[in-house]
Amino acid sequence: MHELAITQRISEVAIRHAQENNATRVTDLYLVLGDLSSVVDDSVQFYWDIVTEGTLCEGATLHFKRIPAELRCKDCEHTYTLTNGKLSLCPQCESANIEVRQGKEFQLESINIE
Amino acid sequence: MPKKVPVVEKIHKVNDQLALENRAKLDEAGVFSVNLMASPGAGKTSLIERTLKTLGDEYNIAVIDGDLASSIDADRAAAAGATAVQINTGGSCHLDAHMLRNAFAELDLKKFDLLLVENVGNLVCPSGFQLGTHKNVLIASTPEGDDKPYKYPKMYQNVDVLIINKTDLLSLLSFDMEYFTKGVEILSPGLTTFPLSCQTGDGFDAWIDWLDTQMMSDE
Repeated sequence: MHELAITQRISEVAIRHAQENNATRVTDLYLVLGDLSSVVDDSVQFYWDIVTEGTLCEGATLHFKRIPAELRCKDCEHTYTLTNGKLSLCPQCESANIEVRQGKEFQLESINIE
Repeated sequence: MPKKVPVVEKIHKVNDQLALENRAKLDEAGVFSVNLMASPGAGKTSLIERTLKTLGDEYNIAVIDGDLASSIDADRAAAAGATAVQINTGGSCHLDAHMLRNAFAELDLKKFDLLLVENVGNLVCPSGFQLGTHKNVLIASTPEGDDKPYKYPKMYQNVDVLIINKTDLLSLLSFDMEYFTKGVEILSPGLTTFPLSCQTGDGFDAWIDWLDTQMMSDE
């Protein structure tokens, strides 16, 4: 259900921008997804055709750019990337005093229109 | 000829905007509000019941309950003395700012000091949708296991307070508090945490004191 609502939201944003630019159709959408954003691109893709039927977005291709989760240790300043999304302590000093620098993103970067 | 149009828009923008409007309404009415999130069965309703029992004489408390179906939770909150509104999400896995705004229409917010919002039992989706409440509170419970921060990082990252419920069961479970706490520390360093039992009341005072302090500083 969650991904369905999100897919509808994506198409709404794209359609609004397409209309502002007097487009007759949207051909491509470029989305940015952080690894910590909890959005499953497969599910969005699954709902996409159903949600966009009969709209300016019908037939448009979704492009996903995934942003890896990047963490920074506040104790030793070491910056590292999460692999497999598994949380880990700072690999350099084993501190748990860590902040997320990136990986929570979820936005529509751009669209191609005709 | 296709044309590229820069959009750069957060997908949750509409919800975030409504959440800001909800916050403005709450501030105007002078209500301190808490969004309670947890997995099903962690003790959201039990926490509300005990909070009502403890603070019900002192404050006017409203409860908004989100569930897929039924009014079981709102009935429990009402039985415990609150003015309760049930939101049936009709299948949606989380509350969003729009649903909360609709529930506001059924409450005279000015009458209340405290609003407790009980989100849909789910450790994934509610974390992605701000409601506009002043604080986000996560209730973990010991039977869920000590690995939950590692498995549901987003939920553990986006909260202001963590309650660890059902501490009375610790002796029966293989719940490694150190492992659990380390996971929390990675995601939310220094997170305000209250281990307690809604069943026995053990540790409950610290939660009540925190609420009290928040409401005083809110005024």
